[in-house]
Parts: sequence; structure tokens; C-alpha cells
Amino acid sequence: MPINYYIFLSIALFAIGIVGVLTRRNAIIIFMCIELMLNAVNLMLVAFSKMHHLAKAGTVATAGTDGQLFVFFIMVVAAAEVSVGLAIIVMMYRNIHSVDVNFLNRLKH
Amino acid sequence: MNNSLQLAWLIPFFPLLGFLINGLGRKSLSKSLIGIIGSGSVLASFIVSVWVFLQVKGGNTFDAVYFDFISVANLNIPFAFKLDQLSSIFLLIITGVGFLIHVYSTSYMHEEKPEHFGRYFAYLNLFVFSMLLLVMGANFVIMFIGWEGVGLCSYLLIGFWFKNTEYNKAASKAFIMNRIGDLAFLIAIFWLLLKAGSVSYNEIFTTATLDKLNGTDKIAITLLLFIGATGKSAQIPLYTWLPDAMAGPTPVSALIHAATMVTAGIYMIARSNMLYSMAPLTLNIIAVIGLATALLAATIALKQNDIKKVLAYSTVSQLGYMFLALGTGSYVAAVFHVMTHAFFKALLFLGSGSVIHAMGGEQDIRKMGGLNKYMKTTHLTFLIGCLAIAGIPGLSGFFSKDEILAGAFAKSPILYGIGLFTALLTAFYMFRLYATTFRGSFRGTHEQEHHLHESPAAITIPLIILAILSVIGGYVGVPEFIMHGAHTLKDFLAPVFAESNKILEPHELSHSTEWLLTGISTVLIVITVAYAWSRFSKKADTAEAEGFGKVLQNKWYVDELYDKIIVQPLNGLAGFLNSVIETKVVDGIVNGVGRLVSYSGRQLRWLQSGQVGAYVLLMVISMLLFFVFQFFIRK
Repeated sequence: MPINYYIFLSIALFAIGIVGVLTRRNAIIIFMCIELMLNAVNLMLVAFSKMHHLAKAGTVATAGTDGQLFVFFIMVVAAAEVSVGLAIIVMMYRNIHSVDVNFLNRLKH
Repeated sequence: MNNSLQLAWLIPFFPLLGFLINGLGRKSLSKSLIGIIGSGSVLASFIVSVWVFLQVKGGNTFDAVYFDFISVANLNIPFAFKLDQLSSIFLLIITGVGFLIHVYSTSYMHEEKPEHFGRYFAYLNLFVFSMLLLVMGANFVIMFIGWEGVGLCSYLLIGFWFKNTEYNKAASKAFIMNRIGDLAFLIAIFWLLLKAGSVSYNEIFTTATLDKLNGTDKIAITLLLFIGATGKSAQIPLYTWLPDAMAGPTPVSALIHAATMVTAGIYMIARSNMLYSMAPLTLNIIAVIGLATALLAATIALKQNDIKKVLAYSTVSQLGYMFLALGTGSYVAAVFHVMTHAFFKALLFLGSGSVIHAMGGEQDIRKMGGLNKYMKTTHLTFLIGCLAIAGIPGLSGFFSKDEILAGAFAKSPILYGIGLFTALLTAFYMFRLYATTFRGSFRGTHEQEHHLHESPAAITIPLIILAILSVIGGYVGVPEFIMHGAHTLKDFLAPVFAESNKILEPHELSHSTEWLLTGISTVLIVITVAYAWSRFSKKADTAEAEGFGKVLQNKWYVDELYDKIIVQPLNGLAGFLNSVIETKVVDGIVNGVGRLVSYSGRQLRWLQSGQVGAYVLLMVISMLLFFVFQFFIRK
């Protein structure tokens, strides 16, 4: 499959993520959209890594493996980030009885 | 290093110690203790000075090196003292006359509060310390430290009664005028460092080093040094501070503004005599300036009515004489006159202090008169001082003044003529002062007359000692033509000026010429003295000055002239800088920056909405813009 498809899919996912973050007010949805953006980038990494492997296979022994490995690390870090983010959302709900981010405008005052 | 003169550091050490004790303990020590410490420290220095003098006289001249003062790359300036004939003479004058003045001060300043009494003696000791440093230093840098020190002490002591605004102004004037000269002195030191590579006398004043300097260097350096000397020794154009310096206590006037500090310039030039001898142009300038100062100050003194002002102008005039002597190459005569002048001018100032004391602070001679009946010792000693300064034969002033005039004649009869005329003026105004103060009848109030009394022993004894010195001080320099081989001072100082004499080759006057010159001047001076004495004894000069006399009384309007051409333009410039540059430009820039920041803050306030979504939107837009820039615009 040509690399273009991967790129288009990835950009589409990333754009959906951004639009979601910008337009939605529910903190959990925003959080999911952020995850979407993160995974769009992951997809891109894997795709490029595969392309690299096809181009350099035979000459460089480890060609294309590092990108694949990176993705696992990103997944682990993302899982950690999710636990922290969800905890923040829980705290937010306890304090203001809502997960609407528009209530979080105290910085202005 | 085993030379016993290494101990010479004791000379400045004692006054420094006295300064520290009196300065720090001025609130807790009693007056008598302060007086004993203050005078005792100078006495100790005097004793060591005498010992040093005897050593030097025995042929033991020595450079005492103590430690490296400045040592950078090739530049090495040691902290060292030079003990030779010239410095030992000055040491004796400073500590000897200084000691008498300290003793005098214990009585004169007795009405001050203990705290101020202590402050006074601390300043006085610090002054003696600085002056000793100036004279003993073996290079120009050490001399400069002392040079600045005496300037500072002069400022402190002129403004001693600091509650009086006028006195403070006089102190500032003295300080600022001195600074002008000091700057020139400093430039000269740097110039010497640049061209000769050293500031030590021993290294500079050798033919080898001086040959490295070209003609311009020599003239520039000597002129700059001379400008430094005009500041400290009150010569044209920087002399106006000295008469104003009379704002200080009278013993201060005697010590600083007559006997020691003002002679610093003479000492410096005498010390650099070899350099000066190689720059004949500068010598001529010095002679002319010295003579002009002597004449100008003498004419002003003719019409002054403040007893201290007369003496102040006479000091300026006598300093002019000394510069005339330096300018004509008779260095010995200059040092000789410094010595005799220190005796009789200190005597006159202390005598005037005694008079002012008795008059309850009155300084106007028009309100005195007939004081000889009330103050016998003061009168007699003052008379001796006047006779000495006038140059009556047999007293010290006669010998030194005669030597200067003879030197001037050898150079040019015109210098001699003006010098003699100035000497006559000196005799005239001194005896106008004497007769108005001590002769005739008393013109003050009845209360003052009742109060008149002779001063206590602490005042009269220094007067008597100084009077004796004023009489006999001249016999160390009896001229060749009167008695062969009696000019002991000349023989003593010969090694210091040996090189200069080789360069200048002064031609000796024949004995008959010298007799003639002395005869003429003596006759004229005696006539002037007799005339002034009889005229002002009968009728004191109390009338308001008119016409030319008014010009003289107002000091040729030199102060007003300086005010017009220097002070007022400077004030105008300062006012302009203050009102325009400072308020408009500098404040404008500073306030403008502040205003810009607060304005832009107000304008950008809406950005900080507090909506997280808005921030994220901005972030995304910015990143998009960044990408667009990165991929499409920046190739």
C-alpha cells in the first residue's frame, strides 16, 4: 500500500482530534480527542518506520525497528498520562459538580 | 636594610596614631588628654625628625623601602621614603612649627565642646601625617597620596565650624580649586609613567632617563606639575581659595595656609629641580607667574581690613616670591624662604589669633588700635614677625628675600625691579597692619576694651619661640658676600641641586653688585617701614576706600570675574541640563518605556480570557502558521 493512504488517514484522525478539542466542552470528550491525536501520530510513526525498513532492508540490519519500538513507549506513557488526566477530571467533578471546561475560567480573575 | 634610617616610618606613624586615638575617642576622652595626645604625637615625630636630620647631616642619606605598593607587570611602585637633605629640612619645619601650633591650639580652641575639640585635633594630626607622607615619599605616587591628604584636611579644617554656610562654601572652594591643580598633577604623573617608565625620584632624575624625554615632554610635564603647584600653593590663577580659607580656626590658618601645606608646591618643584632645569621655558613661566602673584596679592593686601585677610594675601605674595626664586633657578633661596616664611608667618598668624582671642572674635583692624598697652608679649612678637617679613636687616626674612632678589637680578633686572617694588609693598601693608592694630588709641567698644587681656602661656610661649626663630632663622643662610662660608643651608642642600647647577650654570654676581642691591633694598624698605609706621600710628586707615583703593579692597574683582566667566556659565549649563536634558530626555525615555508597557498590556488584555478553549485555539492557529511558514515560505 502506498504511504499516502497512511498519511491521509493520520491527518484526518489528527484533524478530528483538534476539532474535537476545540469545539467540545465536556472534559472527557476532549480527553478522548487528545488520545485520538496522539494515536494519529503513532500511526504515522509506524508507517514511516515500515517505509524506512523496506528502503534499507539488507544494507542496515536494524533499519525501521526504532520507530516501531518508539510507538510502544508512547503507548506506555499515554497510559500513564490517561491515569493522571482521568484523576484530574475526577477532582474537577468533585469540586464543581461538572466536567464542563467552560467553568474552568478562574485564571481570568 | 640595616640602615637605622629604616626607622623613619615612625615619623608619620605618630601623628597617624594620634589621629586614630583622638578621632575615635573624641567623645570619651577629656580635653586635656586629647591635647596631650595631639601635641605629644607631633612632638614625638619632631624628635625622630631631629634624629633623622642629624643622620642626614652626617652624610647618611637613605631610601627606606617598606613594601610593594603597586606591582603590575613592568610597573613597580614601592612604598618608600626618601630621606635626604631636602626632605629632612621640610620634616623639621613641619613637625617643629606643627608642634608649636598644636600646643597653641590646646589653649585657643579650649572653648569648643570636647567632641569638637577631639575632632579638631584628629584633623590636625591627620594633616601632619599627610604632609609628612607628601614630603617623605620616594616617588610621585606617595607624594600624591599626601598631596590629596592635605587637600582633604584643608577642606575639613576650613569647614571646621560647619554650621556656618559661608565657611562651608569657603571649604568647598578650597577643595575644588585644589582639585583642578591635582588633576594636572595626576596627568603629569601618568605622562612620566608613559615616557620615563617610572615615578621614583631616583630613577627619573637621572640623565639617562631624562634623555628619553623629548623637549615637548619635558615642557608639558613640568607645566602640568606646575599647574598642580599653583593649586596647592595658591598662585595665579588658582589663588583665590587661600584668602577664603581664613574661615577656619586661626591656628589652622597658621599651620596649613602659611607654614606647611601651601609650601607643598615649592617642595614638589624643588624636588623635581633637575627636570625643571631642563625646561627653561617652564622656568621662565614660573618666574613670571610667581612675580605676578606676588605683586597682585601685595596690592590687594594694601587695602584689606580683616587682620587675617591681610596675612592671607601676604602669604600668597610670599609664595609668589618663592616661585620667583624657583623660576630663576635659585632653588636654595626658595627652600630658604620656605623655612623663614614658616617661622614668621606662623608667628604672625598665631599673633593675630591671640589678638582675635582678646578682642572676643573681632577681626576688623579698624576696630582695634593701641593694643600694645594691653598685650605686651603678643605685641612684641608680632612686631618681630612684621620686621622679619618686611626684610629688616638682621632678621630672617632679610636674608632669604635678599637671596631671592639677587637671583632675580642675575636673571633680569626687570624681575628684580618688580620684586623690589613688591617687597616695599609688603613692608608697607605689614606696618599698616601693625600700626593700625597695636598703635594709636583703641577704637572698639567699651565692653571689648574692658575684656582685653594677654593670652595664657600656652599661646604666648609658642609665640616667643617662633619670634626667636624668626630672628635667628636667617643665620643658616648668610650670603657669601657678607661672610664667606656662612651659608650653611646652601652647603647642606648642595647635593640635591648639584645636577641642576651643572645644567643651569647660574652666573654669580660680583660682591660689589650684591652689596649695592642689598643696600638699595634695605634703605628703601627702612624708609617704607618708617613712613607706614608713622602715618598709620597717627591716624588709622579707617576711611572707606574710594577710587582705585576700592578696586584693591575688592581684590581686583577677581572673584567676581571668576564668578562671571566660570561659575555662572557652569551653573547655567547645569540648569539647562537639569531642566531640559534631565526632565525632558532622560525622564522621557524612562517614563516612555513604562507607559509603553502599561499601554500594550491594556491593549492585549482581551487575549487573557480565561477560556481554556480559546487558549487551545490560539495554540493551534499559531502552530499552523508556524508550519505554513516552515514549509511554504522559508525554502
